[in-house]
Amino acid sequence: MKSIRIGSGAGYAGDRLEPSLELIEKGNLDYISYECLAERTIAIGQQAKLKDPSKGYNGLLEYRMEKALPLCWEHKVKLITNMGSANPQAAAAKCVEIAKKHGLTGMKIACVTGDDLLPVIDKYMDTQVWETGEPLSKLPGEIVSANAYMGVEGILKALEQGADVVITGRVADPAIFMAPAIHEFGWSLDDWDKLGKGTIMGHLLECGGQVTGGYFAEPGKKDVPGVGHLGFPIIEIAEDGSFFVTKVPEAGGMVTKETCSEQICYEIHDPENYLTPDVVADCKQITFTEVEKDKVVVTGVTGKPKTETFKCSIGYRDCFIGDGEISYGGPGCLERAKLALEIMKERLELVAPGQFDELKFDLIGCNSLYWNPDYKYNEEPSEVRVRVAGRAKTKAIADLVPNEVEALYTNGPAGGCGAVKRTRDIVSVASILVSRYDVKPEVEIFEV
Amino acid sequence: MKLWEIAHSRTGDKGNISNVSLIAYDPKDYQLICEKVTPERVKEHFKGMVHGNVVRYELPNIHALNFVMYAALGGGVTRSLSVDMHGKGLSSYLLDMDI
Repeated sequence: MKSIRIGSGAGYAGDRLEPSLELIEKGNLDYISYECLAERTIAIGQQAKLKDPSKGYNGLLEYRMEKALPLCWEHKVKLITNMGSANPQAAAAKCVEIAKKHGLTGMKIACVTGDDLLPVIDKYMDTQVWETGEPLSKLPGEIVSANAYMGVEGILKALEQGADVVITGRVADPAIFMAPAIHEFGWSLDDWDKLGKGTIMGHLLECGGQVTGGYFAEPGKKDVPGVGHLGFPIIEIAEDGSFFVTKVPEAGGMVTKETCSEQICYEIHDPENYLTPDVVADCKQITFTEVEKDKVVVTGVTGKPKTETFKCSIGYRDCFIGDGEISYGGPGCLERAKLALEIMKERLELVAPGQFDELKFDLIGCNSLYWNPDYKYNEEPSEVRVRVAGRAKTKAIADLVPNEVEALYTNGPAGGCGAVKRTRDIVSVASILVSRYDVKPEVEIFEV
Repeated sequence: MKLWEIAHSRTGDKGNISNVSLIAYDPKDYQLICEKVTPERVKEHFKGMVHGNVVRYELPNIHALNFVMYAALGGGVTRSLSVDMHGKGLSSYLLDMDI
């Protein structure tokens, strides 16, 4: 039975490069896919594109492609990525430039567009926003991006036209891994069982090292060999949709039932109904079997018909968040840090009464992570870091928080040290559902 | 006994929704975590943080539970005031639960 090998080249926008190069060289791959888009990444990319029409794609695209394109060409590996972000055309043009420089004559580079709904966003103003339950028109800030999560369709068109490299904007993460299987095996787009399997395969690959022992190590309980040179995963999938997870033997990390179990649950809600643009995948009965070292066979996955709608992420200018930190150490540090927080509460009430939407007062090392001010407060730490954060509608108000934290140097408790401050312009994301028939993937091919 | 002794966990985020898995190391402990770690218990454990419902899903063949916690991330990943905007550390907090 025919099978192909698909590697994961990146699990997030800023991921490491060398593990992907190792995969291209030693993984005996047919395809490598780089997943590089978080929920908000496109909104930020869209703003970069507004300032400079040749930008708005992933900031590491050039760094990655300089190395990956020549290697892929040499080893006959096709590359798919959503690094196009808000500007897949510009990303493809940059790839053509890099391919030319390296003499990769004949390489076909495709860009897939159609996810950008910003030009037609006005027609959705009455559509209900998931997060607020209110119509889109009531969103409190200016809309800066609107991108639908497309499925495999555009990538398939590109592969059918012989593309060696496919650059997309927003597509569902599993789609960039599943499209090669559909293309190579000629799966029907209503073969829900196979699309369910392909989607879960993509889900296991989409976070890179998180399935090969990354984000997993717990000394003494879950030890991971060679975690400092962690390898990225490979999945070998057969024509009937059966597949296993593995890695390059000499790479660090491991593939076990446990690493796969943690990753299958990552960012899914109902395992019987994992909604994607291409299929509703069902992994409730999933089983992982270790058949040899670092080789886990996955069974028990199926799928159901896709829905009529696409999720569309709307980026909007939301607020400003200012935060500052300062440390206290040695005997009595906890009491000095608590005093610093008391001073901060008084100061913010004095300089900007009632002008913050929300404030948060943390003692890092004691209680900053779990919204529980009393969590493990009883033991005296050897040092503690004070942090105060505030959200406001204007930058001027948000700035007051970090400025007041820094002023604790000369005006606060004894021994304050290492203060840092920042204020961020926050673009938030809201979601609406749009008809899938409103979204038309388009493909452009450039030959080097 | 802490959950940490018999189970492992990973957290994911979507907007203001957090999902936290709970996976028994030993399949024999799956029944125990199903009995002890109810959605109500989890909601109580995350008091002050989770303001919406907690829904529990089961993946029996890998002896795992998946808790989906609504209104759990301080208003959402982009606008949360937490150091941990994604709530990635919530898995460790769940494992701190006494059973």
